[in-house]
Amino acid sequence: MFNWISQVFSVTQFSIRSLPQRKGSSAAALLGIAGVVAVMVGVLSIAQGVLKTMQSSAGESSAIVLRSGADSEMMSGLGGEDTRIISEAPGIARNESGPLASPELFVVINLPMRSTGTDANVPLRGVQAPAMAVREGFRMVEGRMFEWGLNEVIVGTGAKQQFAGLEIGSSIEVGQERWPVVGVFDADGGLSESEIWVDAAVLQPAYRRGNSYQAVYAELNSRDAFDQFKDALTSDPRLNVKVMRQSEYYDSQSTTVYNLITGLGTIIAVIMGLGAVFGALNTMYTAVSSRTREIATLRALGFRSGPVVISVVSESLLLAFAGGLIGAGLAWLAFDGYRAATLNWASFSAITFAFDVNIALLAKGIIFAMIIGLIGGLFPAIRAARQPVAQALREL
Amino acid sequence: MKYLYLIFSSLKRKKLRTGLTILSIMVAFILFGYLTAIRQAFDAGVEVAGADRLIVRHKVSIIQLLPQSYEAKIESIDGVDNATHSTWFGGIYQQPTNFFAQMPIVPEELFDMFPEFIVSDEQKAAWLNTRSGVLVGRGLVDRFGWKLGDRIPINANIWRKKDGGRTWEFDLVAIYDGAEKGTDTSQFWIRYDFFDETRAIGAGLVGWYTVRVSDPDKAAEVAAAIDAEFANSAQETKTEPEGAFIQGFANQIGNIGFIIMSIMSAVFFTILLVAGNTMAYTVRERTNELAVLKAIGFTDLGVLGLVLGESFALTFVGGVLGLGLASMLVSLGDPTNGSFPVFYLPGSELLLGFLLIVVMAFIAGIVPALQAQKLQIADALRR
Amino acid sequence: MTDNGSPSCLVNVSGVDKVFKRGSEVIHVLGGLDLEIPDGEFLALMGPSGSGKSTLLNLIGGLDRPSEGKVEVGGLRIDKLSDRKLAGWRARHVGLVFQFYNLMPVLSAQRNVELPLLLTKLSKSERKKRAAIALDIVGLSHRAGHFPRQLSGGEQQRTGIARAIVTDPTLLLCDEPTGDLDRKSGDEILDLLQALNKEQGKTIIMVTHDVHAADRATRTLHLNKGQLSTEAVD
Repeated sequence: MFNWISQVFSVTQFSIRSLPQRKGSSAAALLGIAGVVAVMVGVLSIAQGVLKTMQSSAGESSAIVLRSGADSEMMSGLGGEDTRIISEAPGIARNESGPLASPELFVVINLPMRSTGTDANVPLRGVQAPAMAVREGFRMVEGRMFEWGLNEVIVGTGAKQQFAGLEIGSSIEVGQERWPVVGVFDADGGLSESEIWVDAAVLQPAYRRGNSYQAVYAELNSRDAFDQFKDALTSDPRLNVKVMRQSEYYDSQSTTVYNLITGLGTIIAVIMGLGAVFGALNTMYTAVSSRTREIATLRALGFRSGPVVISVVSESLLLAFAGGLIGAGLAWLAFDGYRAATLNWASFSAITFAFDVNIALLAKGIIFAMIIGLIGGLFPAIRAARQPVAQALREL
Repeated sequence: MKYLYLIFSSLKRKKLRTGLTILSIMVAFILFGYLTAIRQAFDAGVEVAGADRLIVRHKVSIIQLLPQSYEAKIESIDGVDNATHSTWFGGIYQQPTNFFAQMPIVPEELFDMFPEFIVSDEQKAAWLNTRSGVLVGRGLVDRFGWKLGDRIPINANIWRKKDGGRTWEFDLVAIYDGAEKGTDTSQFWIRYDFFDETRAIGAGLVGWYTVRVSDPDKAAEVAAAIDAEFANSAQETKTEPEGAFIQGFANQIGNIGFIIMSIMSAVFFTILLVAGNTMAYTVRERTNELAVLKAIGFTDLGVLGLVLGESFALTFVGGVLGLGLASMLVSLGDPTNGSFPVFYLPGSELLLGFLLIVVMAFIAGIVPALQAQKLQIADALRR
Repeated sequence: MTDNGSPSCLVNVSGVDKVFKRGSEVIHVLGGLDLEIPDGEFLALMGPSGSGKSTLLNLIGGLDRPSEGKVEVGGLRIDKLSDRKLAGWRARHVGLVFQFYNLMPVLSAQRNVELPLLLTKLSKSERKKRAAIALDIVGLSHRAGHFPRQLSGGEQQRTGIARAIVTDPTLLLCDEPTGDLDRKSGDEILDLLQALNKEQGKTIIMVTHDVHAADRATRTLHLNKGQLSTEAVD
């Protein structure tokens, strides 16, 4: 056993000493792998970022009520009377002002994106007082809350960053009116940060909605109160609604975008990975062939094939690990936290998010690199170990 | 050309290395082709947009409706040839993942405004004769396997029917094909009269107008004139060229072009490393051989040409294979299963691919080639 | 020993110095060397290692330039030609035979022999014909399609000689042609060279260690410390 280990050690020593000769091709393989990992992590971090935004939005015990058959707030419609009935359902938590049920109106407004100057459909939400309480982590970070009944709006940090004209002091144009921006809010990275909020009573006439809303966001007493809440509403003959946990709702909203990006990102990563495997194989075959005589001499002297294989594979794995680390590091430096916006297909409105290079993704990237390194080293290693010693000794 | 044999033979020297390098290059070009098709899918709408068409929508928000009465006013503006309205129906076919756009429009106007939709006269007449009839693009028909005569139920989220129901039934009586490769054949056109008389709310309101101007060069002026007409009214408008409108949507999805460019740059950079490295090794190991060639009488430039030739041969084989495979993969169809209106690899991009092959071959091979050129016979032979 | 500018002299080397720089070290390999080689001679150059015999061969064959002096072949000052012209001159006038054969491993024997002809304007069929003739002269027609790794040392060298004569060159330069061969194969090669010299009148300059090889030549010169003499220096 010890003998075996010392053999591996010796062979590996030879490899490392001859590394400078092969620094060109080693560098090529290393950078190739770094490139693949960087791209893979970068692209997938977009999907992760969108997902994170979606997931931050929903608390354990929050629910959303839409009209039956609607898949998103945009498509839903609830009368004012309906929302009153909903807010009196069992299971809803209460505070001193009343039930934590927030009827909300969801529309979009045209605003130019800072990056391209072209218009985006920015979510504009009409809310009532319970809205703030029903959102996880809602807090004002700049300016002040708008005054109820006035044409004032507050904007989410994401919206302010991505769309033009949303600083405190500017106004958004709604028809003939100008609604000034009086505050900026934060919501723990959640979806609301992409939105502009205004009093529902002000929004309804502006968009000619009468007394209608689109959704009711409710905070329940506990996670388990959901079933009771849902049953009460779906069995009520006056209502025709669909009740979901907010987390479920956001999942359904993000599925399309997430799947799309993850799918495309994976295809790209696999294809690039294939290229990297070829590159790594190239490097390792070269590495092996330049040491054919060395390896054969060692074997002629009595070293076993096993240590040779291990040494070659280790070299490849080391190279791949270094490449993966560099690639992941680059991706993290370049992309993590980078803010961007994309389109929520379900509601055709913009969602702002930040690229999320999380640990899991970095780990995936490095593992991917190691797989490339393993394949890249295995075949040359086996070839080196199996080559007839006599022939190898003669090879110039 | 007699040197071709020499070049290809030299590549056979280390078959495995040559093979792996070719495969790496092939992979890079597969990616190039495929990503280009994806980028094209995002750009396509913009390219085939009519240069003489404008989109007029509600200034505040895309989801706000405009009065149908605007049509006459728009048509009376100087420079406007014809205007027609469409509306977002926003219904669901079976389940949300089967997303596609449905839009009510006046049939005669559609044919006038969108000459790129090719329909047989028979089917045109059928549509004009069937109130509940719909005109569907070939792409959409193929996606769901529909045939003429099918009854297609759509669940309307927005437009409740007068009788209270939400399920609208349409008859597939006409199918259109696109005049160009990039024409969107995934649309579903409903007759406006049927729509307006069946919907319970919003009578007389439409989504947006498509306007054809008589002189494309005056498009900006006409757009401004239209917006001026409705400025300060209850429903103000925003008018822009069709291409810009579509581009705006693509921009919302993300800066796709930039992302793809970045990925491709990373990929090609890597490939250059691989190919360049192979060429460098090739020259380094063949110093003696190259010196002998010079001794026999090959000039310095001749040897440079030989090495560059090898680089070209390598890159060419890999690149052509890659572009070919990419074309094949692209022809397999839309990877998102319906989100892309079109999905193909334009010939112009293939040409770009070939250009890239040449450029890459040069960059990968030039340094080793120069080294080969400078090789001193006496020194090299001594080694 | 030297003849002054006699018209039958094919090669005329006069006052030639060759200096090499090895890092900061300066080595004088040849110093003030004069040599005349008449047309049709089979000259053997002998001398200890490092005496400069290969260097002298390289200078005569236009593979290198002298630091001082002139090299004239067939009346042409080859030390004054540009690199490009020199390459062209070599292609037409010089045939090279190496100790380690220096064949292209990726080409068959026939293609190897054809290699110098690629530099001419001959048609494909012409090239094939001439290569076939050359291979026939060295007695290897039956191995034309084989690759170097499939040929014995002697066969590889014969291929090398065929390549060297395929353009019908003025000079045949051989650097230790039998150095890597056993006695029997070596003798075959020397027979071939002698035949080329006697029957076809080829001027041959051969660098060698082997006294037996030198015996086949019409004249032997010894090179020691950059100086030529007719006698070997111990």
